[in-house]
Amino acid sequence: MRTPTAAEAQSAPLLEARALTVRFGKVTALDGLELTAPPGQVLAILGPNGAGKTTFVRAVATLVRPTSGKLLVRGRDVVREAAAVRRDVGLAGQFAAVEPTMTGRENLEMTARLFGHERSSARRAAAAVIDQLSLQEVADRRSGTYSGGQRRRLDLGASLVGGPRLLLLDEPTTGLDPVSRREVWDAVRGLAASGTDILLTTHYLDEANELANHVVVIDHGRVIATGSLGELKASIGRDVIDVAVSDPGLAAAVGQILERVTMNTARVEPDGRHVTAVAPGGPAELAAVIGCLHDASIAVDEIGLRRPTLDEVFLTLTGDIDIDREPAAAGQLTNGSSR
Amino acid sequence: MTATQLAMPQAITRPARPPGVTSAAGQVALRALRKYFRTPSLLVMGIVQSAMFLFSFRYVFGGAIHAGSTSYVDFLVPSYVATIVLFTGGGIAVAVAEDKVQGFTDRLLSLPVPRYSLVLGRTLADSATNMWSIVTTAAFGFLFGFRLLGIWQDGLAALGLCALYAVVFTVVFIVMGLFAPNAQAAQGMSLIAFVFAFISSAYVPATSMPGWLQPFSKYQPITPMVDAVRSLLVGSTSDVGLALAWSAVLIAVFTPIAVIRYRR
Repeated sequence: MRTPTAAEAQSAPLLEARALTVRFGKVTALDGLELTAPPGQVLAILGPNGAGKTTFVRAVATLVRPTSGKLLVRGRDVVREAAAVRRDVGLAGQFAAVEPTMTGRENLEMTARLFGHERSSARRAAAAVIDQLSLQEVADRRSGTYSGGQRRRLDLGASLVGGPRLLLLDEPTTGLDPVSRREVWDAVRGLAASGTDILLTTHYLDEANELANHVVVIDHGRVIATGSLGELKASIGRDVIDVAVSDPGLAAAVGQILERVTMNTARVEPDGRHVTAVAPGGPAELAAVIGCLHDASIAVDEIGLRRPTLDEVFLTLTGDIDIDREPAAAGQLTNGSSR
Repeated sequence: MTATQLAMPQAITRPARPPGVTSAAGQVALRALRKYFRTPSLLVMGIVQSAMFLFSFRYVFGGAIHAGSTSYVDFLVPSYVATIVLFTGGGIAVAVAEDKVQGFTDRLLSLPVPRYSLVLGRTLADSATNMWSIVTTAAFGFLFGFRLLGIWQDGLAALGLCALYAVVFTVVFIVMGLFAPNAQAAQGMSLIAFVFAFISSAYVPATSMPGWLQPFSKYQPITPMVDAVRSLLVGSTSDVGLALAWSAVLIAVFTPIAVIRYRR
């Protein structure tokens, strides 16, 4: 195959997967995955554990060879043009892959050299990343002494020193405390704003919500939905009734009323105080629920109608809760698995 | 977040070309060496371990072993130095396995480095640390009573052959680390080296072993390798050709395995 020209690489999709299949022995991690992602965005791959997210990222990073099918990164084939792909991508993994006995600066300079920088430009790139990720104070300490968030930011920085066109973040905040998560999020947002294309995997919906403008949901190695966050939320196509009770003991009773009115499964949020159900009838059902709650003398803190959260969309798509999907609304998604 | 923080730093340019083999291998080696010399337990344990084993052989078992016409210390020390990497090399396998499990190898493989520079860099670094154990072990040998029988040039030649073995064994241990699922398994696998070290002419004369065991001792690589070191020390070259041939075979077999396995 001819190598694409710079202009073609510019206009080529960021990622293009055609019937991408990866098997490890008898385990099928990716099962005919289809995806086209345009450049210029933060793309989040969402999916439950074992859905194939990490395998997909590793395939993009040329660490896993597709068993069959095709995967192009900016128009370049991950198998035949692996060397070119590696120059384009920067990988930051689930495990922060930095050398603990080396300082942050030494780690960054080493990675920069391995991207192909000369000594002096490696030094400049490392210094720039240290500024960018606010690591100045710890840059000359051994990275083994870093906090989890600092180490993760250093790992992120190591993926940046080669000036990548595509940044791959595999579960960038897994295992971090809330403050460290914020730090990593801020860094990622800054990079996205400066025009770096980012592909991140996560099983945290709030993370996708915070960072991504395009979402791909995968399950069992296939794409089950893609779209903007708004499109995904619209895919349920209905409203959700959300009832907040002050006494968690009332949640079950509220749930029964919601199910009776909406004919859908009610869900109690992890906080035990919010009970929700998809309401096809919208305001009319809300009125009915208010009436029933009044008749049952159940005092509630709050009650309202809202658009579904990404969590609810996710659980609906991956089939964890039982909500029959409205065909018209589901049609708004480019459904990857039903070609 | 302020607007200034939002810009991708100007200083980060894209390198014009991927790194060459020397530069990439150099970085891989530099990192391995830094890790070794900045982890005191690795540095000290290697020395303590080699001294303890030598002490035990020399003073504990040595009295019960008859090495023919030579004194046991003169029989033992050359082969002990030649095989010391088989004892300390487990650390190489462990380090390689750890890199794989902890994601460091993934990071390296995601970079545009020539694939064989990973093996080359690792081999350079570990051969260097192995040279360090060879030299310290030889020093302990002299401390425990070993004396050169021939001229110093013979001693140097023998040391050079040991250095070659250090490279050979390094590649073998790298392969073990690459096949081990984790560090503990790598440690376990490296015990295979003990089998080859012990069932050889390294620490006891092979003729003292039962008849059924002698063929294994005779035809496995360690016996000619240590015999060659002993020969060089007395100015002879017997077994040197065979030892060099074994070294070449081991490198020729294990290096491609390491390169291919790293690439996965």
